Amino acid sequence: MGNFSQLVYLVPLFPLVGFLINGLLWNKMPKSLAGIIGSAAILASFCVSLGIFFEVKSASFHEPVIVTLFDFIQSGKLHIPLAFQVDQLSSLFLLIITGVGFLIHVYSASYMSHDEGMVKYFAYLNLFVFSMLLLILGANYLVMFIGWEGVGLCSYLLIGFWFKKREYTNAAKKAFVMNRIGDLGFLVGMLLVLYNFGTLSYKEFFATLGTSGATMPPATITAITICFFIGATGKSAQIPLYTWLPDAMAGPTPVSALIHAATMVTAGIYMIARSHVLYSLAPFTLNIIAIVGLATALLAATIAIFQYDIKKVLAYSTVSQLGFMFLAIGSGAYTIAVFHVMTHAFFKALMFLGSGSVIHAMGGEQDIRKMGGLGKKMKITSVTFLIGCLAISGFPLLSGFFSKDAILTAAYAHNPILYALGVLAAMMTAFYMFRLYVLTFRGTFRGTHEQEHHLHESPAAMTIPLIVLAILSVIGGYVGIPEVFTHKELAFNEYLGPVVKNFGIHEIPENTEIMLMTVSTLASLAMMYFAMMKFRKPAFPESTGIAKVLENKWYVDELYDAIIVRPIEAMSGVLDRFVEKMGIDGIVNGVGKTVKWGGDRLRMLQTGQVGFYIFIMVIGMVALFTLSFFWIR
Amino acid sequence: MDIYSILFWFLSAMAVGSALGVILSRNPVNSVMFLILTFFAISGHYIIMNAQFLAVVNIIVYAGAIMVLFLFVIMLMNLNADVEPQKGMMIQLAGVISGGTLFLVILMGLTTAKSELIDTKSSDIGLISNLGKVLFTKFALPFEISSVLFLSAMIGAVVIGKKEHIPASEKAEIV
Amino acid sequence: MPVSSTHYLFLSLLLFSIGIMGTLMRRNAIIIFMCIELMLNAVNLLLVAFSKMYADADAQIFVFFIMVVAAAEVAVGLAVIVMMYRKVHSVDINILNRLKH
Repeated sequence: MGNFSQLVYLVPLFPLVGFLINGLLWNKMPKSLAGIIGSAAILASFCVSLGIFFEVKSASFHEPVIVTLFDFIQSGKLHIPLAFQVDQLSSLFLLIITGVGFLIHVYSASYMSHDEGMVKYFAYLNLFVFSMLLLILGANYLVMFIGWEGVGLCSYLLIGFWFKKREYTNAAKKAFVMNRIGDLGFLVGMLLVLYNFGTLSYKEFFATLGTSGATMPPATITAITICFFIGATGKSAQIPLYTWLPDAMAGPTPVSALIHAATMVTAGIYMIARSHVLYSLAPFTLNIIAIVGLATALLAATIAIFQYDIKKVLAYSTVSQLGFMFLAIGSGAYTIAVFHVMTHAFFKALMFLGSGSVIHAMGGEQDIRKMGGLGKKMKITSVTFLIGCLAISGFPLLSGFFSKDAILTAAYAHNPILYALGVLAAMMTAFYMFRLYVLTFRGTFRGTHEQEHHLHESPAAMTIPLIVLAILSVIGGYVGIPEVFTHKELAFNEYLGPVVKNFGIHEIPENTEIMLMTVSTLASLAMMYFAMMKFRKPAFPESTGIAKVLENKWYVDELYDAIIVRPIEAMSGVLDRFVEKMGIDGIVNGVGKTVKWGGDRLRMLQTGQVGFYIFIMVIGMVALFTLSFFWIR
Repeated sequence: MDIYSILFWFLSAMAVGSALGVILSRNPVNSVMFLILTFFAISGHYIIMNAQFLAVVNIIVYAGAIMVLFLFVIMLMNLNADVEPQKGMMIQLAGVISGGTLFLVILMGLTTAKSELIDTKSSDIGLISNLGKVLFTKFALPFEISSVLFLSAMIGAVVIGKKEHIPASEKAEIV
Repeated sequence: MPVSSTHYLFLSLLLFSIGIMGTLMRRNAIIIFMCIELMLNAVNLLLVAFSKMYADADAQIFVFFIMVVAAAEVAVGLAVIVMMYRKVHSVDINILNRLKH
């Protein structure tokens, strides 16, 4: 193979150039050209990524390649270069990001073609891809952090893309603030690493951990892992910082697909998978991660069942799936989590783009109560969306089936209770997905007559990415066919093996494994059937009791408002009234008043009489001479 | 008590007395006259210290040129004792006390200063030939620069002293 | 009592102090100006005495330069006073209190 890994800097360079072109010429650029430039930049990155991937996959690739561009920070013993690391993990993420990213760019070129801010949109999107690639490729935590902040910024910009609506900008701010809480955790973790190990480079850090990790005080390791995990909960929307992700659906739908489903939200998974050496030393943190992940999966799934906004359902589904990934990580199965990241990127991007196609056809309507029967008018969207639903629900032999079962099996190996609850969450997933599908594409149309007349299939630029993603959703799982079928090690594990080592996975008997698989699959299939039946004749009564609580998302936003926002506001009010107004303002104004008063008095000395000035001068001279003759000596 | 000592005490008394006359006389013209007398006394000191060149220059430049200029200006303004502004007694007293304090302070500070006999015998350092050599070798550059200073002072004096054409309204405002 | 450098030191100090007293006591700008000349001459006298004491001609050159500067100063200073007299018809420095405003 060629020497692609040395060219790795090209991968983030192309989107950066695309961003600069579109960003600097935003008022000169024709819309169609902006879409072409934006997509071409990502396509170029994708080509390089493909080359890198095959090079990494080839047998001759052993050690991770580190490409150092320049010294970023050089201060005393601290030496942080801007370096990229090419290995199995990063090359895989490269493919996901540039591949899915390219499809979504193509889709966006059509979806956003009527929007006046299209050039700006593509600039942001390219900047996002650039930041995400920086996050993935960084050879140390600092470069990852730069990318981490960059994607947060782009997420903010793109959620608030239609900034004329106040609620959208509020959603953007919410996402930014929530992310910031997590980022603080990441930053503190990074500083802890720096303080305890003196390096941020993965290679040195993990080498140190490998040799002396066991002798480190467990409290330090746990503290670092918890801090990193807090960072991950912010970026990857886990309890307690998940509430921003559903609100983030305010952004354009392709953005939801790219940032809030396929790539950015998986940054937390990537970070933990990257730091797996560290996490394997902290079983306590892993338990917390498993519990948080599972709780998030269940909570989000329950909320998703009662949502009526097509994108909100998908958003909660994303939160729930991210919970699954964290469950996998908590069970020590890092590769499985990455596997699910990949398959999830395919089918969730597919479904978001499908929903975008639906919204496009419905003229901006997002309420599934007003849809129905769209399948007749939008064949391609309908079929591809169904494939996505089947994949996420774990229909046998589709991609989601393999990754989800791998997670559940790993959870069982860790603790059977986790497995049971995981199956429950998976059943809910199947239920709400088919509720969504049936309400949207089956039955009869429930919207206005005008909307029905307007219904149409989306143009090819939008359907082709759907088809490609649908194909990937079907075949994407075959890199991870379970061992029970092949009697070989997981192909996916084999690929990631050199960089990511799973931790504490017990072998479970084959019979048990097959049984588990059957149970979860049958349960999911049953829920699919149940949902199909239940929503064939849809009715939307006013929800009561627990359903009302779920429709209002467990009142979590209100809860946060009551226990965090209000007290802070009250405290700020007190601080404003007493500390700010009386204390600080008092000091500042007091200084001003004192100076003014003193100046008024001192001003008396300035009589303007030259004679008086000379007099003062002579007295000063006398004083100075007295000092110098009789005191200093 | 040799002749030099007698001359020294005489010239000193004359210098101090006429200096007091400068500050005490009510009429500015008298002040100028006393000042000229002071300069003559100081020139006498220069001569007994064998600095003939400076003695002559002092008389020509100070007594001859500068003081005449003062006299011109005073007469131009027609100043005399009647229009002479006077400060209050207290302020005059304060002036005397602070000046005296300065004198005493420096005096006390300098009591321990090195004291050497002033050689009154003939030595030629103050002679014009010797000073001329030093002036045009070691101090040639400052000498040239001082000529530029003179020129600029002259131009400055002309520019400042020139009559301005001020409109009547503005003139009233300034006064 | 033979004449020593200390005598000249105290003499010039006395003349200098008289100059300062005059500056403080009088209100006439021309008299103040003259007192300044007196102080300059006191310093000149001391410089000559030291020149004699150390048998060095440099101090006398300094006196020469001081005279040059004094002459220039008087030229400009008197021009200023004449100007002032022309404007306010007085040489009383107490009238010049515009610095206050």
